Order: sequence, then C-alpha cells, then structure tokens
Amino acid sequence: MSQKQEEENPTEETGEEKQDTQEKEGVLPEKAEEAKLKAKYPSLGQKPGGSDFLMKRLQKGQKYFDSGDYNMAKAKMKNKQLPSAGPDKNLVTGDHIPTPQDLPQRKSSLVTSKLAGGQVE
Amino acid sequence: QLLQLNSRKINNSIKKWRRTNVFFVYFNYTADIISTVEFNHSGELLATGDKGGRVVIFQQEQENKIQSHSRGEYNVYSTFQSHEPEFDYLKSLEIEEKINKIRWLPQKNAAQFLLSTNDKTIKLWKISERDKRPEGYNLKEEDGRYRDPTTVTTLRVPVFRPMDLMVEASPRRIFANAHTYHINSISINSDYETYLSADDLRINLWHLEITDRSFNIVDIKPANMEELTEVITAAEFHPNSCNTFVYSSSKGTIRLCDMRASALCDRHSKLFEEPEDPSNRSFFSEIISSISDVKFSHSGRYMMTRDYLSVKIWDLNMENRPVETYQVHEYLRSKLCSLYENDCIFDKFECCWNGSDSVVMTGSYNNFFRMFDRNTKRDITLEASRENNKPRTVLKPRKVCASGKRKKDEISVDSLDFNKKILHTAWHPKENIIAVATTNNLYIFQDKVN
Repeated sequence: MSQKQEEENPTEETGEEKQDTQEKEGVLPEKAEEAKLKAKYPSLGQKPGGSDFLMKRLQKGQKYFDSGDYNMAKAKMKNKQLPSAGPDKNLVTGDHIPTPQDLPQRKSSLVTSKLAGGQVE
Repeated sequence: QLLQLNSRKINNSIKKWRRTNVFFVYFNYTADIISTVEFNHSGELLATGDKGGRVVIFQQEQENKIQSHSRGEYNVYSTFQSHEPEFDYLKSLEIEEKINKIRWLPQKNAAQFLLSTNDKTIKLWKISERDKRPEGYNLKEEDGRYRDPTTVTTLRVPVFRPMDLMVEASPRRIFANAHTYHINSISINSDYETYLSADDLRINLWHLEITDRSFNIVDIKPANMEELTEVITAAEFHPNSCNTFVYSSSKGTIRLCDMRASALCDRHSKLFEEPEDPSNRSFFSEIISSISDVKFSHSGRYMMTRDYLSVKIWDLNMENRPVETYQVHEYLRSKLCSLYENDCIFDKFECCWNGSDSVVMTGSYNNFFRMFDRNTKRDITLEASRENNKPRTVLKPRKVCASGKRKKDEISVDSLDFNKKILHTAWHPKENIIAVATTNNLYIFQDKVN
C-alpha cells in the first residue's frame, strides 16, 4: 500500500490520497476508509467496535483525584493561595490538585448563565 | 435556489424559515456549551441545559392578536444552577455537572415542573412566579426586622401589593444514587406519576414522589464485563401506553418492552433491527449504526431513530425494517477514517418531530441542520449562523457538494467545520417554531407568516 502522509488537519484529504483510495477499493467508500484506517493503525483490534471500545465509553470523562490531597488543600487554602492546576490536570501530585475552583472555568452559582445575560436580536 | 412553497399550507410542507431570536454567549466559556434543549407541553416555555450545570428557561411573549406579524418572541424567564460538580470519594471520580437531559412535566397548577439530570442524579425543579408581596405587617418592618412592640400604637391589616415579577426555582425532589453508569435519558410516563432513567447498562423506574427507591426494569450488564457487546444509548416511554417503553443500543437495535409482561423487562416484546448485508460490513459499521436518539411520534404509531449518517422512521407494527430512511449527510461516508481519528464519529445527534409528525429535523456539522418532509419527501438544509442572517431575514437553503465541480453557493465537504456541530434541536409542540443549539448559542426560528 502506498504510504499515507501524516495529515496535519485530519479532516482534509489531499487529491493524491483520494486517487489512491479510489483505485484501491473503489466499490464502497466505507471499505476504502477502513483500509485507510488499518494502514495508519495496523495494530487496531480485530473486533470492530468491540469490548475495549465499549469499556472506554463506560468510563468516559472520568477524572481522578486524591481525596486526601484535596482535603489537605482545602484546609491550606484558607491560609494561602494554592498554585493553580497546570494545563494537564491528569498529572496531579503534591500541590497541583484539581479543586472544584480550578477545574474548567469554574464560576460561582450566583452568576447567571451567559445565555441569560446575552443579547437578544 | 430558494424553494418556492405555499406558506399558507401550515404543517404540510417545509416552510421558509426566518430567525426571530438569537441568544448569544459573549465569551466562549466551556461552561456554557448547551447540552440539551426542550420545549414544554404548551410550547410557551423553552428550557436549555448547559455544561456548567445551569438551566435557562425562555418564555414566549404573549401575542398581540391585533398585530400578529409573528408569533411571540422568546425572552429569558428564569435561570438557575441545577447541578454542581461532585466528587465520588469512593471511586476517586469527578461527576460532571453537565445537564444531559431536561424533561417537562405537564402543567397541573400555576407552577411549572421539570426534571433535569446529569450523569448520576435527577432533580425535580419547581418553577413558580411571584408577583405580589405582603406589606404592612404590624410587628415587622418592611425589611423584615422586628419592631419594638411598645412602639406599635395602631393596628392595620397587611395587604398584598404588586411587585416586579420574580421567578423562583426550587428543587423539590432529588433522585440520587441509583445509577452506576452515566445517565443518558429520562422519560416521563403518560401516567404522569412515574418516569424512567436510563444509563449505559440499566434502566430504572421511579415514582415522582419517592426519592429513596427505584425499580430496576432493564439490566443488560453481563456477568463478565469482558463479554460486554452493547450498551443502552437512549430510552423513552410511549406517549400514550403507560406500560410501553423503548430503548436503543449501540448496535443499532431498538427494543420495545411491556412492563405488564414481567417486573424485569430484560426480554423484549419487540426487537427492531434492519438487516445488514454482511458483505458491506466494515470496521465502522457498528459504530455508525449506534443509535444516538430515539423519539416516539406524537401519535405513538411511529418512532424515529438517529444513527450517525441517517434518520429512520419505524412503524411499531413492523420490526424487520424501518418504513422510511433519510440520509442526513451521506457524503461523510468517505470521510469516516478522519472522523474516527478526530472522534466526531462518536458525536451523538438528536432528532425531533414537528407537532403533526409530518416533518422531522436533526442537526449536522458546519452549523447545518436538516428537515425532512415525510409527505412530500422534500428535504432542506439550513444553517444557524450569526454571519449570514440578520433578524427576520429568510434562511437560505444550503447545499453540500460531495464531489466533483462545486457550484456557486455550494460548500465542499472538505470545508465543513466539524467543530460546529448541531447536536440538539427542538420543535414547538403546536407551532412552526424551532430551537436550534449550536455550541454556545441558541437560535430560535419560526416560519414566515404572511
């Protein structure tokens, strides 16, 4: 199979690639896409959409935290400012703890939704 | 080209649509991503839930019958924080406050009630109006402080005086701790006493008055999780038969269950599945067949399912195939590899019926949304975007060019913006008014009235 270029923007296809896939499995676009995927990721599981994929779905969006660190940090926060959590929140050690305040754009409950305050045209 | 339609034929054809309200969010806060949109039973109220756990309710202006150029516009009525982020200490997990679904109860008295749910907890909210307040107490000042009784020399009768309308939301019931997995659906029964909540593997039946107990009615968790092959993706009660509900799966099947048959509805009464040619099967087949939404028609005779590329209408009397299939964006079939890589193939689009069940609507990418007229078999693609539309202008139909020479005004597949997805849409139960949610903005369109 001809080499596939590393796509910078995955949603764009170069003209070259289009030609390749049309030559290959021109019958069904879906099968052509599958061939493309397998070429990129040869180790992709035998079983399409199988158990691994579902297990990942069941655990979607889980973020882990250490309750001990979290409570220690809460106590500490009364005295001093915590360093805010870094961009990679999965790396939680020591002082870099995701507190409710640090997690994505936390706002207090009293602030109304921007949708409510937004412009009506 | 614009579709030429007789706009007097209400409900029987796709109309020209124009924008009435657009609600803008000024800053692109993650917390403001709209995650659900739902009209109430009269259509007077429209609720939205967002990723930050907030609910915003819009109310339709009362029409001025004399100058009815248009039906009333929607204005903000109430906003409240429904869910807060939580931590599950036992499993060291964060529980998102994102509102997955809102469902309204039919109105029984002056107050309005709705159910809102995040991944784990369902709440019943009461929304009530206050437009009067008592004044003239003998023992209290107006600000609430108690007066010195010795200074009271006369008696008066407190009276109610009008005040600026205040809309209050209060949580009346909290239904918690019944779901191990993430709740994807809630549906209120036609008996208006019970409702179901569904997560990836289980469906529970609740009574609206009882929060400390629920009945498990479907459980598809295998004894050995290694044998897991499908999950529940959506569930809904039948609009008229209080014993009937359906649930859809990640494998593209829909099961109809009758609660009279047994307490645990693991064995379906009907199984709806479209046969597939095995030679057409690919790595993507199962993923794109996964049903992201299921909705009964208002009549209760049909149900609609949305999978990644199409909308299907099923007759409840026929299990072996849908009666109608509408392609939403078939041109994406040759993009599945990229869509798998950027996770878009897992996007969960919803779908909805119009009030008379003659037109169905669903969202797509590039802020496009699609309507299919079941009677005329015509379809239309429209765009919800700030740039192209001033208020009250008629929406221009869009067209995507799948391949070959692109005509003027057509958009090529490769220039579609896959970050601009319309997952949530809602149709007013009685009128041709639709609510369309882009990532951060809510658009309300109504059809052109002469």
